[in-house]
Amino acid sequence: MKRFKDVEHLLRLAGIFLFALLAFAVARAELVPAGFGKYGHYRAPAIDDVRARPIAYAGQAACAECHADVVELRAKARHKAIACESCHGPLAKHVDNTDPLKPTRPVATPLCIHCHAANTGKPTRYPTVDIKDHAGTESCLSCHKPHDPRIVS
Amino acid sequence: MDSTRRDFLILGGKMFVMTGVAAAAFEHVLAGSPEKAESYHIADHWWAMLIDIDKCIGCGHCVRACKLENNVVDEAYYFRTWVERYHVDPLDINHPTVDSPNGGIDGFPETYPDGKGEKKTFFVPKLCNHCVDSPCTQVCPVGATFRTNDGVVLIDKDYCLGCRYCVQACPYGCRYIDPRTNTADKCTLCYHRITKGLQPACCEVCPTGARQLADLKNPNDPIHEFLRTHAVQVLKPQMATGAKIYYSGLDGSVR
Repeated sequence: MKRFKDVEHLLRLAGIFLFALLAFAVARAELVPAGFGKYGHYRAPAIDDVRARPIAYAGQAACAECHADVVELRAKARHKAIACESCHGPLAKHVDNTDPLKPTRPVATPLCIHCHAANTGKPTRYPTVDIKDHAGTESCLSCHKPHDPRIVS
Repeated sequence: MDSTRRDFLILGGKMFVMTGVAAAAFEHVLAGSPEKAESYHIADHWWAMLIDIDKCIGCGHCVRACKLENNVVDEAYYFRTWVERYHVDPLDINHPTVDSPNGGIDGFPETYPDGKGEKKTFFVPKLCNHCVDSPCTQVCPVGATFRTNDGVVLIDKDYCLGCRYCVQACPYGCRYIDPRTNTADKCTLCYHRITKGLQPACCEVCPTGARQLADLKNPNDPIHEFLRTHAVQVLKPQMATGAKIYYSGLDGSVR
């Protein structure tokens, strides 16, 4: 004699449960993006997406690799701590391929006064000039060399 | 079929366990191979920034460099970093006059007379504070913005819905909606640069060294010496966001 009678309806119910569980597992695997929850409540590969962005500024070390002469020239100058790309602009493409992307020379006076125009907000010990009094229409380059701006007579 | 209750339960249990294992294994298959070896280890870094107000000259180099490096929309109102000018009556620091013409991208016009001893004027560069417990990540309904284990708050642009909750949640006003993609955008601390050993674009071009990247997990970083010997402050400490942009010489009037 069978120990259990009428188990079929239980098996059917179990089948439905198992199917639902399987469907949930498949749906979850399909819908939750890859790497979600690996480090936290976010998509782990999103970190790599952000990192994949190409750089525009090459960085001072890259400039110094080829332009050691300018680095040496600036070593004792007031402008020594300023990165090349601060004035010359983003040049990562120039580092990748030097020939077709020769950087253009920055226009002196507008660039100089970006930092050195007199302004009440600037720290008092920072060297500033009123450009009209100081030079009139004369270019800054008439007296100052940008890499070593001190006037040596 | 001659099955017992015991057999049935065992079979059911096995199938239940197997389904879980299969689902877990399938997840691995989808995620691809384990991380490939690389030189940058997230666990070895904890990024922050130091801003020295006394050194900032308001030249706007950082704002320009940030826009060029990160391809930020070249219009006013879209800034990952910007510079504010404060003009404060020392006897009434609760009502500062603040301006930031086009984010300070072209510097600041000489607006205020040089009234020595009357009011003070100074510049405050601002950017995402990369908060440890940032409100912006807490409100995101889909997990599209998050703080990485090296302390940088990033946005998953593929996953962002553009719901704007985070823009409202940020107490520092550091987020905006990129009109090209209609997703949230903000400073990444130049994550693509700092993970390669470079400086963020704003720190790279700062002519006075007013902005400095700091790695708080690196014992040799000069930030530790600086933090020990200087009075520093973060913006809105009362918000308890765990902001990691440290300001040296920050005036009480700065909001």
